[in-house]
Amino acid sequence: MVHQVLFIVFGLICVAGAINLLVQRHPINSALSLVVVMASLALIYLLLGAEFLAAIQVIVYAGAIMVLFVFVIMLLNAGAEERTRGSHIALFVGVPGVAVLAGTVAWLLVHSSVKLGSVTIGSKQFMAFGDTHEVARLLFKDFLLPFEVTSVLILIAIMGAVVLGRKEG
Amino acid sequence: MDTTTFIIAAVIKIALVVFIMLTGVAYTTWLERKLVGRIQNRWGPTRVGPFGLLQPLADGVKFILKEDMVPDNVHKGLFILAPALALTMSLISIAVIPFGENITIAGHTTALQISGITHAGGISDINIGLLIILGVTSIGVYGVALAGWSSNSKYSLLGALRASAQMISYELALGLSLVGILLLAGSLSLRTIVETQIRGSEHPWLGFLPHWYIFPQIVGFFIYLLAAFAETNRIPFDLPEAETELVAGYHTEYSSMKFAMFFMAEYVNMFTVACLASLLFFGGWHGPSIPGLPLLLQQLLPVLWFALKVFFFIFLYIWIRGTLPRFRYDQLMAFGWKFLLPLAIANIIVTSLIVAWNG
Repeated sequence: MVHQVLFIVFGLICVAGAINLLVQRHPINSALSLVVVMASLALIYLLLGAEFLAAIQVIVYAGAIMVLFVFVIMLLNAGAEERTRGSHIALFVGVPGVAVLAGTVAWLLVHSSVKLGSVTIGSKQFMAFGDTHEVARLLFKDFLLPFEVTSVLILIAIMGAVVLGRKEG
Repeated sequence: MDTTTFIIAAVIKIALVVFIMLTGVAYTTWLERKLVGRIQNRWGPTRVGPFGLLQPLADGVKFILKEDMVPDNVHKGLFILAPALALTMSLISIAVIPFGENITIAGHTTALQISGITHAGGISDINIGLLIILGVTSIGVYGVALAGWSSNSKYSLLGALRASAQMISYELALGLSLVGILLLAGSLSLRTIVETQIRGSEHPWLGFLPHWYIFPQIVGFFIYLLAAFAETNRIPFDLPEAETELVAGYHTEYSSMKFAMFFMAEYVNMFTVACLASLLFFGGWHGPSIPGLPLLLQQLLPVLWFALKVFFFIFLYIWIRGTLPRFRYDQLMAFGWKFLLPLAIANIIVTSLIVAWNG
């Protein structure tokens, strides 16, 4: 019961944050709305029993990546965005489009729940799924090769960043 | 334990812990002024109350009564949000910190931890406690960054940029310095980490040292200590404030209670890192037990040991403040990235090799 209520509350906060992100005119308000979305997603992960994922979501996305976004906005000192006529067309075509798309995805998910498998929020099955040991076993045993390949990819990206950021000459 | 009892117990615990914490914060400012005064051959506060003991109260009244100014041309919403965010994030960390084992009052037994649950098999707490603290600290950066930016002043912006760059840089070394402990304890739960240290005390290190993780993780401890000083913006890493260069850093434009909130956040953060150091490296509430005490005192004795360890770290903070000068900014960054971070990684590799060797 408590789980369902909390799920709905954080789900609503998440959606409200996402809508606010689009509506706000000042980039810093949009960036902070995205932080709210990230944080409430983390809480939803927590409700689904994936504590490790929830903590990492907060540390990596809300704590590191979004701080970079905010930094860039602060240093550029970007002002409030200007509305153009194109935005109005996007508003009248885009909003119904998004609504149709979201409705379709939700309908598909609900109707294929038998095929995909489903469990109730807060049940014992859920709680055993996402703990740290389970995630570690998946990463370092079952999916070791893809995990290591990804880390090499990230290493290449870091080296690229260092080369690009180096002073000329 | 059913949900309602848990919530009632948690609310009582939250009220108590926040009260104790904020009183502790107030008296840390007194202790700091007193000790730094003595170090510099002065008296420190002496006028308000005996030994200046009522000074924190006078300061609090002054903060509340001062005019709360919001300068023109600030981004008003964020200007007000920033100090609240900083203080909230620093206070949230206490929720996962365990202070001791069980306490029994009037027939009700509850864990000495806000998020701890007592059941027949012992006490369980959040099994990612350490990650929650790291996550909350990383959100705390927003308080500082937004304060500096929304003030619309060059000193504030420079202070905020310095502070957030410093906090993000040292967060890495801080997090990595704790991995050695996690490898030894095999858990992210703060309570379990302390319990493995207490349980191991039948096999003391070298036959006489307590089974605390400071001894195998002495390198990790020094990295943690240095990174924690930088995380909390304390001397010798107080470049974000650097009053001689930046007026006061990110809170230059703040006055009255909003300024006090940044101040409180800084001191609560000091307490958090001191608590973490005691829990992870010094066995938490582990200490000699005194036989023959009544049950309640018997249960509160571990809290005393824990408080003493935390006090030791607070004392160390103030002592170092009275002793060391400030780093230069390039020295600070070079130290964090070129010395602490590689050292922390080397510490992890050596520790994991030894853990793997011992199987």
